Amino acid sequence: MSQNTLFDNVWDLHKVANLSGGSDQIFIGLHLIHEVTSPQAFGALEDKNLKVKFPSRTVATVDHIVPTDNQSRPFKDNLAEQMIDTLEKNCIKHKIKFFNIGSGNQGIVHVVAPELGLTQPGMTIACGDSHTSTHGAFGSIAFGIGTSQVRDVLASQTIAMNRLKVRQIWCENKLSNGIYAKDLILHIINHLGVKAGVGYAYEFAGPAISALSMEERMTICNMSIEGGARCGYINPDEKTFSYIKGRLYSPQNENWVQAVKWWKSLRSNESSIYDDVVKLDASKVEPTITWGITPGQSLGINQKIPSLKDMHPNDQFIAGEAFEYMGFKPGQPIKDTPIDVCFIGSCTNGRISDLRVAAKVLEHNTVANHVKAFVVPGSEQVAKEAKEEGLDKIFIKAGFQWREPGCSMCLAMNSDKLIGNQVSASSSNRNFKGRQGSPCGRTLLMSPAMVAAASITGKVSDVRDFISK
Amino acid sequence: MDKFKPPIGKFSQINGYCISLIGDDIDTDRIIPARFLKCIDFDSLGKSVFIDDRKTLKGNHPFDLEAKKDASILIVNSNFGCGSSREHAPQALMRWGIKAIIGEGFADIFYSNCIAIGIPCFTLPRNSIKNIQEYIANKNLFFEIDLFKSTAVSKDLKFNLEIKETTKKMFLSGEWDATSNLLENKYLIEKKINELPYIQFSTN
Ligand code: SF4
Repeated sequence: MSQNTLFDNVWDLHKVANLSGGSDQIFIGLHLIHEVTSPQAFGALEDKNLKVKFPSRTVATVDHIVPTDNQSRPFKDNLAEQMIDTLEKNCIKHKIKFFNIGSGNQGIVHVVAPELGLTQPGMTIACGDSHTSTHGAFGSIAFGIGTSQVRDVLASQTIAMNRLKVRQIWCENKLSNGIYAKDLILHIINHLGVKAGVGYAYEFAGPAISALSMEERMTICNMSIEGGARCGYINPDEKTFSYIKGRLYSPQNENWVQAVKWWKSLRSNESSIYDDVVKLDASKVEPTITWGITPGQSLGINQKIPSLKDMHPNDQFIAGEAFEYMGFKPGQPIKDTPIDVCFIGSCTNGRISDLRVAAKVLEHNTVANHVKAFVVPGSEQVAKEAKEEGLDKIFIKAGFQWREPGCSMCLAMNSDKLIGNQVSASSSNRNFKGRQGSPCGRTLLMSPAMVAAASITGKVSDVRDFISK
Repeated sequence: MDKFKPPIGKFSQINGYCISLIGDDIDTDRIIPARFLKCIDFDSLGKSVFIDDRKTLKGNHPFDLEAKKDASILIVNSNFGCGSSREHAPQALMRWGIKAIIGEGFADIFYSNCIAIGIPCFTLPRNSIKNIQEYIANKNLFFEIDLFKSTAVSKDLKFNLEIKETTKKMFLSGEWDATSNLLENKYLIEKKINELPYIQFSTN
């Protein structure tokens, strides 16, 4: 059993009790809610005649269903309107802080909480959303929960959970030029498989991880769940502290000094014991793209789609399904695969640095004629910053549509959807069948820079060719 | 669906016909596509479970077969329910009629969501699952699942199911229905919030 890792330290600190069934009762320091997974939880609370125990520990925003073209109310989509309306009412009734559209702080919940300084090291963070693992980038223990657990957190600020094991993923060396955090995490998931993380928290560490910016670290932790790990984290360091400093909800003055001291005390160190350690060489990672229907089915830009006989028997069934669904053939190169739609956004890659990188590739270029390309900033703050830097103009000039913040085509609960079996180059995190709104739509996951490159050529391309030009 | 009654309290026995879904890594987007998350209650989800897979198979999906319409025990392969945290997925299965799942393995969040709404998930080795799936392909299979003994028994098959000891206890004691249980420790919760350093120095 792991000992003395940041995970263990934070878990022990938040443990309220041993439950008779054998699981632990864990206190949740920060609870984030959105419109999709909270209404039924509030409903259940009312059925049981319970109140929200600590309303100040819950923060709400709206992201999944918001239209990104016309946000005037009431929304055209009745159901979407009903969902936002329900959230507004629940927040008022239970005195929960709500960052609504137009507040200047609305956006994808996993983009908003860090930029407001709500996400801090040493916290436990839960949200009815599997990509809550994102917040682990700050050295918090953050995980997705289901609606019944959202109800439990509202009612008691705690949940019942089994302790996770801890696997350290040590990344040696550095990513080379033109290779990004997204490539690294896709590579890791491909290497370990989509279910290796079940029952584990992933600690990402090593020189390649330390070298990443906070936003890149969020990209890594965000996709822990795609590797099966409910929670992924990185030990906090000076970069973490300077990112948090001075944000709306970060500790101030004397509290800041105490906070940093405490944060430093939580880190994993030489005495930490892990249940498992995996090492890999980040300098070997190439621009990485998925070709199938799970985030583990990926390959480097210069590789060919594998054939069934080269795969582990356990991977063959899902690979067979992927071939049938995607229409690709074993041995086919991924490079030059034609693309219909390009999407830059999501809680994985919808932050300001993602937009900057993509804009840099797009500057002085234009989107291929047949491609529909759009960019959806992760939050109102990201959108504002991008506009101040003139990034919106670069995107628009190149032929991208510039949209309002939300989840958008990451899961297509609004009107942004693939049509028929269109192929999308997407900076999001899931390439599941039907994920982007069409039951036969096809998604290739890649870094935002690679999406930008694909938008110019209209096919899967190596972004390094654009950067070195 | 009119047959739907959510489980409550403790239980130790689940009897029912089996339905099998073959395939690893069946994700939550397939169980219930995102467009069905646009709802403020779970009531209508049962009829939309696996909707896109069912449309593709034009009536031949297990969940559309007349012979399986009363099934309540789902047999699956590995990493079932991977992907999103949406409780809509187990809710949709439950509202279609599923009361227990037996598989090679489950994704973490899906598993805990199932427990939280009262669907026990059991595991069996790959070969045993294969035997069951082959059996179901030809005949109807009625299992009596005894949670206490962790067995699934039919007239010609018998399996010792695996289930985490903690999960098993939760069903036998009714503890899976968590909220009231957690609130029993309300003094400890108050104590905890006063102990945590960041509660003092945070500004929200
Ligand atoms: S951007 Fe996508 S993955 Fe992230 S919270 Fe929204 S829907 Fe979920």
